[in-house]
Amino acid sequence: MSPMVRRALTLGLFGGIAGIHVSLVGIVNTFQTRDLIADIVTIGSVIPMLIAIMVGWLAGRAPRHAAELAAPTALGAGAVAGAVTGTILALLAILVDSVSLTWILVNARPQLATILQFEQGPVVGSVLLIAGGAALGAAGAVLHILPGAIARSIAMAGIITIIVALMEPFIGAVLRNVELRAIEGFLYDSGGLTLPGFILVFALIGAGVYGWATRGDRARARVEAMPPDRRRAAKIAVYLATIGILLILPQIVGQRLSEVIGTVGIYVLLGLGLNIVVGFAGLLDLGYVAFFAVGAYTTAILTSPASPVFTPELPFWGALPFVILAAALIGLAVGAPVLRLRGDYLAIVTLGFGEIAREIFKSAWAQPVTGGAQGILSIPEPIPFSRDPQSIYYPILFFCILAAIAATTLASSRVGRAWNAMREDESVAEATGVNTIKYKLLAFGLGAAFGCLGGAFFGAKIGVVFPDSFNILVSINALALIILGGMGNIAGVVLGAFVLVGLPELLREFAEYRLLIYGVVLVVMMLLRPEGLLPSRSRRAELHEVKDEDDDDMYADEVGEETGRPVVTA
Amino acid sequence: MPGRRIRLNFVNLFLWLLGGGLLAFAAYGSFLTLIEGRIQPNQWQNLIVAGVALGSVYALIALGYTLVYGILFMINFAHGEVFMWGAFTAFFAATALNDAGMMASNPVLAFFLVLATSMLVSMVVAIMLERIAYRPLRGAPRLVPLITAIGASLFLQYTARGFYGSGVRAYPDYTIFDGTISLGFLSLSVKQAVVILAAVGLMVGLYLFINRTRTGRAMRAVSEDKDVAAMMGINVDRIIVTTFAIGGLLAGAAGILYTLIFNQVLFFMGFLPGIKAFTAAVLGGIGNVIGAALGGLILGVVEQLGPNLFLSGYGVPSPNQLKDVIAFSVLVLVLIFRPSGLLGRKENT
Repeated sequence: MSPMVRRALTLGLFGGIAGIHVSLVGIVNTFQTRDLIADIVTIGSVIPMLIAIMVGWLAGRAPRHAAELAAPTALGAGAVAGAVTGTILALLAILVDSVSLTWILVNARPQLATILQFEQGPVVGSVLLIAGGAALGAAGAVLHILPGAIARSIAMAGIITIIVALMEPFIGAVLRNVELRAIEGFLYDSGGLTLPGFILVFALIGAGVYGWATRGDRARARVEAMPPDRRRAAKIAVYLATIGILLILPQIVGQRLSEVIGTVGIYVLLGLGLNIVVGFAGLLDLGYVAFFAVGAYTTAILTSPASPVFTPELPFWGALPFVILAAALIGLAVGAPVLRLRGDYLAIVTLGFGEIAREIFKSAWAQPVTGGAQGILSIPEPIPFSRDPQSIYYPILFFCILAAIAATTLASSRVGRAWNAMREDESVAEATGVNTIKYKLLAFGLGAAFGCLGGAFFGAKIGVVFPDSFNILVSINALALIILGGMGNIAGVVLGAFVLVGLPELLREFAEYRLLIYGVVLVVMMLLRPEGLLPSRSRRAELHEVKDEDDDDMYADEVGEETGRPVVTA
Repeated sequence: MPGRRIRLNFVNLFLWLLGGGLLAFAAYGSFLTLIEGRIQPNQWQNLIVAGVALGSVYALIALGYTLVYGILFMINFAHGEVFMWGAFTAFFAATALNDAGMMASNPVLAFFLVLATSMLVSMVVAIMLERIAYRPLRGAPRLVPLITAIGASLFLQYTARGFYGSGVRAYPDYTIFDGTISLGFLSLSVKQAVVILAAVGLMVGLYLFINRTRTGRAMRAVSEDKDVAAMMGINVDRIIVTTFAIGGLLAGAAGILYTLIFNQVLFFMGFLPGIKAFTAAVLGGIGNVIGAALGGLILGVVEQLGPNLFLSGYGVPSPNQLKDVIAFSVLVLVLIFRPSGLLGRKENT
């Protein structure tokens, strides 16, 4: 068997496994309710197709260190891989249809088989799956044959069109809100794109990407060529425009979406804070939720008339200085015990702290102060702003901007450089006179301040605090978003928060698979692009340097130098 | 190190005060509880037995952490999920055998069948984890594999949730394990005895495997020095896979033993036992096999005994709610006072 065929078969097998996974996890069933193109194709049945295209694309790619494949070879490899994936899915459909497995696999319902077989019955459906798999696999491989710019525009247009279809609840609501019902009616129908809408969106985005791919360099060059003062002016204009859009955003997007944006804003605060601890100082804190919880509970205890202790109730803004104070204290309390720990030990201990915080807030022992499992109700509104999502958006936005400015300033200051040095190599940093204790505590303190602020607004936004809102998933959320966006970079944090917090809130279907997707995002990002989508420049350089000089661990000095292959020295 | 002075700086002072304070708090609490005498001796005894049973499950999971850490110096954060998959497999295998009537007709064989399937599935999960998530990242900066491990952990958890549903599933009861045994002054339920015996058996088996077999020797060599081991003709990649496989087997066994005690499975069940088993591994001295077993036992007993012993004397209501707090405090204390663990090598700190 030639290596090419073997590679195609293996990729097809992996595609089949991926297909089985998304089918049995329930993603196919769930997205069956959503149309990509109204009444023609559902998103549920597009997912297996996408897998076949992916597999074909991978199979048609030239092996590492080899020349491009000849067109027929690439097409053939793609078709073989796609057909294997299709065959596996056909077998899955037949299996699900004939054997009752629902007592183990809750999603292995006959409905799944119907979707996979395109509602054509087992025989026609299986043939369709295999032939369609081959065709789509070949289509995936075609992307390698087309000129780069065209292939890229087709791929991007496809992906973005699917996203546009998925975002129907969001885009549709915005269009209705700004009274563009005609466009909404043209684009969308019964939860999916209309056929003309689909074609239009696909063509527009394809053209846009193509234009950028062919002419983008020229545009960039023109910006580069501007004299410095004009460039600065342009930069300021962009900032002002962004702020202007941000200011009127709630009015554009309407009530429900403002709610989502408020949540995103709180996670931006958390992300900026965690970014200081993890991204700048390199301390992997998995108990960030502790800060969030302390902020929310401090606010609740000081302001709510329903809180059992502390009767003179403060207004929300009066409590804020105490929240910052509490943040400093909790930052020290978490930071001090872990000062001497590095790397993964630090991660686990902070994780423990996060759990400890929740358990204590929840326990009957702390009930007189924290309300135990019932939590604390009726936190007042942050007057003059109300709890209305379109109103509380503004203070959140204000603090996000403040935090972003603070973080940017810190990053390029002496403190930021000290953190950088510490993250690179703690022993060397200490030897060159960086007071690591001071800077670690500072990182924890500032991280805690942002986290507590986020918590305070979280409390004010929903008006109640429950101990179970403060579980490990908050920490994971915050971590995932800074990793996706790009550790150490502020724009990355905002992007990450929008993608990982905003999108799942908008797409109800995703909500259930949110953490599954986070898991995939974390693993795939680490494997393929550890620096994140929008990396800071130094971070990108760091993660792509020669990988054998990492010895930043006190417990083992030979970490990372092992490849496991015999080493022959002369 | 000769002539090494103890550095008395602000941080150390703070840490010692914190640790000392916690220990004094626990000691005084125990004193109060004991003179109060509200809890009867046989209740204490039950708590200890339950703690030993739970601790032996922790010990089995902890061995997986320790073995992997001993060789790769990484914390396999997703190990708790390997355990959870074992528990789920045990659940389905047991339900199937129960429906087929085998649990009634041949309960001992049924038990071993369930044990074997769950160990096997956990092993496969652990091997795949190594192959897909960890091997490509060997040699990457420290945080990278750790974040991957967190991602893999989420993936495994929510795959289980998608496959098997999000509800708690009750485990079929092994009627053969009902009843109690009494050994003189000590009485324990048959289930607890089975758990303890199975765990001890597996641990002895592991000890013999590591110390008496060729592969075991190769594992020790790799953990000592990978490059030299590779030069001696040891296939390091294969040894690493073997290590993950053994960790998976033990976690699978822990899965079924845990369900024997608690009688239910849930997709989230791997999280807390995973963290606690890690605590146990650190407590015993990470990288040390006997240490992991010892740490597991100590942690299990402390977790069962601690809330009542340390806290009820202060009049804390429902102290058992705080048992996880006590377990995590143990972790923090160990890392403050003896980061190398009870049996860890001193130079590792």
